[in-house]
Amino acid sequence: MNAPDTLDEPPLQLYEKRKSVFPQAVDGTFRRLKWAIMAVTLAIYYVTPWIRWDRGPYAPDQAVLVDLANRRFYMFGIEIWPQEFYYIVGLLVMAGIGLFLVTSAVGRAWCGYACPQTVWTDLFQHVERFVDGDRNAQIRLQRAPWGPGKIARRLFKWSIWLVIAFATGGAWIFYFADAPTLAQDFLTGNAAFVAYATVGVLTATTFIFGGFLREQVCIYMCPWPRIQSAMLDENSLIVTYKEWRGEPRAKGLKKARGPDEPFGDCIDCMKCVSVCPTGIDIREGPQIGCITCALCIDACDKVMDQIGRPRGLIDYATLEGQEREREGKPALSPLKTLLRPRTLLYFGIWAGIGLAMLFTLGTRSRIDIAAAHDRNPPYVQMSDGTVRNDFTLKVSNMQARPRQMEIGLVGLDDAVMWRRGGSRDIAGRTLTVDLPADSVKPVKVFVVGPDSALGRRDFAFSVRALDEEGGADSVKVHFAGPGDGS
Amino acid sequence: MADKKRIDEPTGTETVGHEWDGIEELDTPMPRWWLWTLYATIIWGIGYTVLYPAWPGITGYTKGVLGWSSEQEFRDEIAAATERRAPVLRALASTPIERLPDDSELLQFAIAGGESAFKQYCVQCHGSGAAGFTGYPNLNDDEWLWGGDIKAIEFTIVHGIRNPDHDDTRYSQMPAFGRDGIFSPEEVTDVSNYVRVISGQEEKSESAARGAALFAQQCVACHGADGQGDREQGAPNLTDAIWLYGGDAESIRNTVHNSRSGVMPRFGERLDPVTIKMLAAYVHSLGGGENYVEVAADPEVEVDERP
Repeated sequence: MNAPDTLDEPPLQLYEKRKSVFPQAVDGTFRRLKWAIMAVTLAIYYVTPWIRWDRGPYAPDQAVLVDLANRRFYMFGIEIWPQEFYYIVGLLVMAGIGLFLVTSAVGRAWCGYACPQTVWTDLFQHVERFVDGDRNAQIRLQRAPWGPGKIARRLFKWSIWLVIAFATGGAWIFYFADAPTLAQDFLTGNAAFVAYATVGVLTATTFIFGGFLREQVCIYMCPWPRIQSAMLDENSLIVTYKEWRGEPRAKGLKKARGPDEPFGDCIDCMKCVSVCPTGIDIREGPQIGCITCALCIDACDKVMDQIGRPRGLIDYATLEGQEREREGKPALSPLKTLLRPRTLLYFGIWAGIGLAMLFTLGTRSRIDIAAAHDRNPPYVQMSDGTVRNDFTLKVSNMQARPRQMEIGLVGLDDAVMWRRGGSRDIAGRTLTVDLPADSVKPVKVFVVGPDSALGRRDFAFSVRALDEEGGADSVKVHFAGPGDGS
Repeated sequence: MADKKRIDEPTGTETVGHEWDGIEELDTPMPRWWLWTLYATIIWGIGYTVLYPAWPGITGYTKGVLGWSSEQEFRDEIAAATERRAPVLRALASTPIERLPDDSELLQFAIAGGESAFKQYCVQCHGSGAAGFTGYPNLNDDEWLWGGDIKAIEFTIVHGIRNPDHDDTRYSQMPAFGRDGIFSPEEVTDVSNYVRVISGQEEKSESAARGAALFAQQCVACHGADGQGDREQGAPNLTDAIWLYGGDAESIRNTVHNSRSGVMPRFGERLDPVTIKMLAAYVHSLGGGENYVEVAADPEVEVDERP
């Protein structure tokens, strides 16, 4: 029997334990930038639903509101109906192209600063430092056996996280209903079940994603880092370690520097690793775990200041710019780095969609008429030899006030019409309808044309507002008869 | 393929051991929490099958401790909907049919309810668009054999047409002039030609002139001297453009020879009064409905006077 020769190999690891990350507090330019962006994004998220916007008595006064029950989307002065969903699609396309634009111009800035996962993780980590202390204290506490002190600290930390998570989930629902009313209903137990369920789910996901999964979300769950890998090129700004300057690294400051002993600037102090929120070593080069938050730049710059070496051993740089710096060529101006065909193309597409949407938003009509020919039967033979066609019109008043409108026949000169409930005796070429604010009114009309022998004839229904503001719309239809074989 | 597992230098991860033209695949380990989500779904699955109907058996299935069933949910929803509709149905029951058009909201409800009842009870003969077929009247138009105001329509639905076992039914009988030997085949043709003339489909002719004389003898009792029909007897207007059995010469000859007598079942014993009201409102709303005129056209009175 031959002994299996695989005994020496390490056992296969099917699953990998998460390596805990205890990022150290750091101060510097990018840390302050992150603070500012966190403040702005959180403020936008929490405050937006509470902004009021007067739209008169017939529409909600919430500036940003996704009214699912009534199928309306309000955003300040803009009201979007379901059939105008292409505006939302346009916004989503703009968001997508915008990500491409930002990525090609400044790298993974979204990941590093504005992504909710980053913002909330950052927030949770600050809470962690507040409760447990900085990196070393956190590691000590992690290794300590469970005891009253550790339990108390953990419970305290988790409680604060839960409060933040609850506020996060709680704020989300205010985008979907009148915020003050919903807040009152929610607290008094009168809100809809879906509100509580939504808050519950979002509280749980915020708590778990921000408190425990953190960088795991970026590395395993999020598709964006994978897409980013394909979007970055040698002209994209990335956070990068200047290997040619730092290597060979040596521990500590005591190493001699001279022509005979070519040590690099990196003193292997591991500051860049200890401040990293995703726990990577930037000196290994660009990698999927790097969200380009640039905290390692802050940490390294501080060390470089202390040991009297120039800043920027770890730097925001393009691969091309780094190459130039290594070769001693003058750096490209930031403008030249930003204005490349690729970024300009992305910006052109992005701005084009935006301008097109602005144009259509500015010129869109708030009156609409649609007509459905009742095709069962396609026409009705009347006793006096005339032919009747029935239509279901849908007249939309997309303004937040009641309006009176007149429906008319355009073409088909010999025809008259009347509404269901009326009678042929009072038929005419026009009808007046009262439309409630922000509504669609179905109007069933009977149109009688005199000659049954004639074939298909085209005509149109028009609608115009009878108030001073005016406005009109029309829809083309056709008149069927025995002659057209329909 | 050769099994060449090895540790990849830059990542420190083992490869799966396959190689395709120099391309190798890393056997990156899954994060351990991923495994926990698998366990969580298993726990969820167990809980779900305990709480809800899940496991099939030979004669049934496990009902779940919550006792939920989709059929019960459906019944509850129907019950709730019925309860919501109850006040409107009560209002409909207490409103006389001829007063229904005065209450626009109630009328809209009745029309909507009638439309769905129509799809269940009436489409077999009148078609889903109420446009009818040969021998089954089109309810969209303005020709009514027995009256087209909302009350007359209700009466027709309640009592039906030519129900021999029912006293109040709409009833009339046209003789089969040719088959029963009242008219000779030539006379049938003459009368038919005359009908074609008064309906404006044919020029006057000698045959039609002979038919006019026969018409005056045999037909005016029901169809009237000028052929405009009589709703009290369900006799159609022969001068207009609408033909229940066809207006061409052959069809008219056929009608004169064999007579016609369409039958409609009565629904008064099958449907509740509110459903019938809703059906009447729907049929009346199709575009040919006539205004109800007090006294002048009360079908109850007419029917009572019928011999």
